[in-house]
Amino acid sequence: MAFLPEMVLLAGALALFLVTLGEGRVRQARTVALISSVAAIIACILSLWENATLFSGAYRVDQFSQVLKLVFGCGFTLVLLLIGNLDDIRDDIRPEYFFFLALSMVGLTMLVSCVDIITLVVSLEVSAFPLYFLVAMRRERKGQKSQMESAIKYIMFGVAANGVMFFGMSYLFGLTGTTSLTEMMPRLQPVIHSPLAIAGLGLTFCGIYYKLAVFPFHFWTPDVYQGASNETAGLVASLPKIGAIAVLVRFVSLASPDNHTVAIMLAILATASMFYGNLIALVQKDFKRLLGFSGIAHAGYALIGFVTLDQMGYAAALYYIIGYFLMVLACFIVICKVSRDGTNVSIDELAGLHRRSPLLALTLVVGVFALAGIPPFVGFMGKLSLLSAALSKGHLCLVIIAMINAAIAVYYYLCVVREACFRDPGDRLPIRLDWPTRVLCVLLIGGILALGVFPGRVLDTLSTSVACVTGGQAPAASAVADAR
Amino acid sequence: MTNLSPNESFPLLSILIFSPLLAAAIAAFIRSENLLRWWTLAFTSAAAILSLGLWRQFDPDTAKFQFVELSHWIPFLKVDYAVGIDGISLMLVLLTTLIMPLCVLCSWRYIQTRVKEFMICLLIMETAMVGVFCAMDFVLFFIFWEAMLIPMALLIGIWGGPRKIYASLKFFIYTMSGSIFLLVAIIALRYQVGSFSIPDMMRAGHSLPLGFQYWVFLAFFISFAIKVPMFPFHTWLPAAHVEAPTAGSVLLASVLLKMGTYGFLRFSLPITPDATHFFTPYVLGLSVIAIVYGGLTALAQTDLKKLVAYSSVAHMGFATLGIFALNTFGIQGAVLVMINHGVTTGALFIMVGIIYERLHTRDLGETAGIGRTMPIFSLFAGVFALSSLAFPGTNSFIGEFLVMSGGFAVSKGMMICVVPGVVLAAAYMLRMLQKIAYGGTHNPVYPGLKDLGFREIITLTPLLVFVFWIGLHPEPFTRVMEKSVQNLLEQTRQAPAVASVVRASSFELRTSDLP
Repeated sequence: MAFLPEMVLLAGALALFLVTLGEGRVRQARTVALISSVAAIIACILSLWENATLFSGAYRVDQFSQVLKLVFGCGFTLVLLLIGNLDDIRDDIRPEYFFFLALSMVGLTMLVSCVDIITLVVSLEVSAFPLYFLVAMRRERKGQKSQMESAIKYIMFGVAANGVMFFGMSYLFGLTGTTSLTEMMPRLQPVIHSPLAIAGLGLTFCGIYYKLAVFPFHFWTPDVYQGASNETAGLVASLPKIGAIAVLVRFVSLASPDNHTVAIMLAILATASMFYGNLIALVQKDFKRLLGFSGIAHAGYALIGFVTLDQMGYAAALYYIIGYFLMVLACFIVICKVSRDGTNVSIDELAGLHRRSPLLALTLVVGVFALAGIPPFVGFMGKLSLLSAALSKGHLCLVIIAMINAAIAVYYYLCVVREACFRDPGDRLPIRLDWPTRVLCVLLIGGILALGVFPGRVLDTLSTSVACVTGGQAPAASAVADAR
Repeated sequence: MTNLSPNESFPLLSILIFSPLLAAAIAAFIRSENLLRWWTLAFTSAAAILSLGLWRQFDPDTAKFQFVELSHWIPFLKVDYAVGIDGISLMLVLLTTLIMPLCVLCSWRYIQTRVKEFMICLLIMETAMVGVFCAMDFVLFFIFWEAMLIPMALLIGIWGGPRKIYASLKFFIYTMSGSIFLLVAIIALRYQVGSFSIPDMMRAGHSLPLGFQYWVFLAFFISFAIKVPMFPFHTWLPAAHVEAPTAGSVLLASVLLKMGTYGFLRFSLPITPDATHFFTPYVLGLSVIAIVYGGLTALAQTDLKKLVAYSSVAHMGFATLGIFALNTFGIQGAVLVMINHGVTTGALFIMVGIIYERLHTRDLGETAGIGRTMPIFSLFAGVFALSSLAFPGTNSFIGEFLVMSGGFAVSKGMMICVVPGVVLAAAYMLRMLQKIAYGGTHNPVYPGLKDLGFREIITLTPLLVFVFWIGLHPEPFTRVMEKSVQNLLEQTRQAPAVASVVRASSFELRTSDLP
C-alpha cells in the first residue's frame, strides 16, 4: 500500500513500453499515459497518510514523500495536457516519448522517498536520463541538428555535475561510514564544521544545483530550452526542479540547524543566480531563452529558503517551487500554442495575443505577473514566505538583494505583457484551442490564484512534512529504529 | 472594547471590497456592450449607496477602528484578514465608491473597443482601492496596493493615447520599484513587532529603536512619495495622466494619488513617530518645492491634461505639507485637500475628456473659445476651475486654508515661500478658463459644438454638489475625522510617556482578542 504510487506509475510505464512495440500508436500511448497519471493521483491520495520504511531502511514513505508524490502526480497530468499530440517530435518515435516521460516520472516519485545515498543516486539518474532522450527527440529542421547539440550539452553537463556530486558524497561517506542519510545526520554533527564535511556537502549540492540551474551550473539551461521542442522545454523547466528542491531539503538539513559556512555559500550562490539570471534575461528576444534565464533567477530565489537552514525556509522553498511549476507551465502552454509548426517563439510573435486568443492571453498575463511576484498570485506569496523566513534569521542584505532583483525582473516580464496585450496582431490569425488546452489554462489560472490567495493549508502541510526530514519530530526517526 | 467585537453584525466592508469582483465575474458573461455599461453603472451605484451606510453608522466620537472584521488567514506567516476603518479612511472609502459610477458614466461613449475588458478592469480596481483603505493587516494592505497595478497598467496600456505603452510601463515600473522596499520594511517590522497587524505596529511606534525607525521611514517614504507623487518622484505622473483614458485619469487623480498620502498618515506617522520628527523639515521642503514647481510647470503647459496633471503635483504638495505640519489644522486640512483634490481634479479630468470626445484635441490653443457655443459646459468649467484655485466658498479653500494655518504654526518663512504657489494656481487656472470660455474672437474650426448632454450633466452634478457642500458647510466632514486625527497626533507626539496612556486605551483591535 505504501508503495502504491510507484507501482502504479511503473505499471503505466511498462504498459507504455508494450504500446511502443507496435507502430503508429500515438493516441493509444497518450491515453495510457493519461490513465496512468490519473491513477497515480488516486494512488497518491490513497497512500497520503502512510508511514513505512522499506528496503532495509533505504526507502522511507512519510508525509514529506507522499505530499510531494501527490504534487508529482498532478504535475504529470498537467504536463501530459501540455504536451498534447507531440507535433514537434519525430513521427515514428512519439509513443516512445510517452514511455520515457513515464519512466522519468517513476524516477522522480522514487526520488523523494530515498533516504539512502545509493537509492537516491539511482532514482536521480532514472529521473534524469529519460529527459536527455526527450530533448534529442525533436524533429529535425532543414538539416539543423540543434536539438542534438542541446541534448549533448544537457547530458555532458549532467554527467559532469553528477561526477562532482558523487565525489562529494564519497567525502560524506568517508566521514560517517554510512550511506543512510538518517544515520549520517547524527554522525555528521560532531564534525560538521570541519572543512572536509563542508567540502563534502558543498560538492554534493552541485548535482542539485545543476538540476535547479543555479548560477555556476546553469550553462545548459538556455540552450536546452531553445533546442528542445517547446513541450519538452516546458517539462524540463518544471517538474525536475521540484524534485531537486526536495533532495536539497534532505541534504541541506544535514547541515542544520546552524552552519554559518553553508549558509554563506548558499547565500552567495542565490545572489549570483538572481543577478545573473535577471540581468541576462533583460536582453533576450526568444521567449524560451527568456524563461530559461528567468528560471536561473527563480532558482536563486528558491535558494533563499535554504539559507535559513530551518523548517520554515525549506517549506517556503518547496511552496515557491510548486508555485513556480504552475507559473512556468502557464507560460509554456502559451509558447506551445502560439508557435507555428513547433518553431521557437520570439517575444514579438506574441503581439496581439489578446485578439488572437483571449484565454491564452489571460493565461500568459497571469503566469507572467505571477513570475514577477505581483499579488494576489502565488509568486508574491512565495516571495513573501521566503523573505519572511530569511529575515527571521536576520539575512537582511539577502532580502534587499532579492527585492532589487524582483524590481529588475519586472521590466522584462512587462515587455512580454506589452507584446501580448498592448500591440496589434497584424495579419496573424486567431488561435483555436482544443478542449484539453482550455482545461489546462483554466486549471493553471485557478491554481496560481488559489495558491496565492489561500496558501494557509498548503504552507502548513509542507511545513509539517518538512519536519519529517529535518528530524524536528521524533516519530520518523523512531520508526527507522523499530524497523531495524 | 464592547462595541469593537469583531463580526459586529454584517460584514459591510468585506462586501464592499469583494462584491466588485463578483460583479466583474458576472460581467465576463455579458455579451451586449450596452448591457455591460448599464450593469457596471448599476453595480457601482449600488456599491456607492451601500457605502453610505458606513457614513450613517460611523461613530465620530471615537478614534477606534470601526466595522472591524478579523479572522486568521495564513497561520504559517501569521497573516490575518483584518479590515476596519477610522475617520480618515472612511472619507477615502466614500470618495472611491462615489467616484466609481462617475468613471463608468464618463467612459460611456469614450470607450468603444473592448468594453467588457474595460469594465472588468474598473471593477477590479474598485476592489483593490477600497481594500487598500480598509486593510488593517500590513500584508493585506500590500496585496491590494500592488494588485492595483495590473488593472491600472492595462487601463493605460490598452485604452490610452498614442504613447500609451511608454506611459503604462513607466507607471508600472516606477510604482513597483517604489514598493519593493516597502515590502522589506513590512517584513522587518513584523519581526520587531511580532505581527503584521497595523494597530499592533502603531502601538509599538515609540518603542522601536531609532535607527530602525529611520530606515523604515525611508522605505515607506520612497514608496509613498512615488505614489503621491512628491517632487523629485513625480515624472511618471504627467505621462500616465496624459495617455490614460478619462476614467483612468480620474481614478489616478482621485484615488490612486491619495494612497500615497494615506500611507503617510496611516503608517509613517504612527509607526515611525521619532523618525517622522527627524525627517519632517526635509519633507516639508519637498512639499513647498512641489507646490511652486507644480504651479510653474502647469503655467507653461498647452495640453489641458498636462496642465491639470501638474496642478495635481501642486495640490498634493499641499496635502503632504499639511500632514507633516503635524498639528490638528494641518492634518485635517490635508485630509480635506485629499478629498477636494479627488472631487475637483476628477471633475477637471472629466471636463477635459468631454472636450477631447468632441474635438479630438486637448491643445489649449485649438480649444479656445469653445465656451461660446457650450454655455452649460462653461458654467461647470468655471466652477471647477475656481474650486481648483481655492476660491473662497468652494471646497479647496477650506482645505488649503486649514493647511496654511497649520503650516504657519510651524514656520512663517516656509509659508511665505508657499504664497507664490497659491498665486500661480490662480494664474494657470484662470488662464485655462479664459482661453476655453472666452478665448479668441471665434473658433471657426469647430462650429456648432453640442453642449453637454444629459449623461454628462448627471456625471458632473454630484461633484458640483460636493464642491459647494464642503465649501460652505465643511463641519460634517471635519467632525467625522476629528477624533481620528487627534488620536493620530497623540501617537506621533514626541513625548512618548504622555501618549502611551492614550494609546493603550484607544486601540482594541488585537490578534489576541480572537476566539
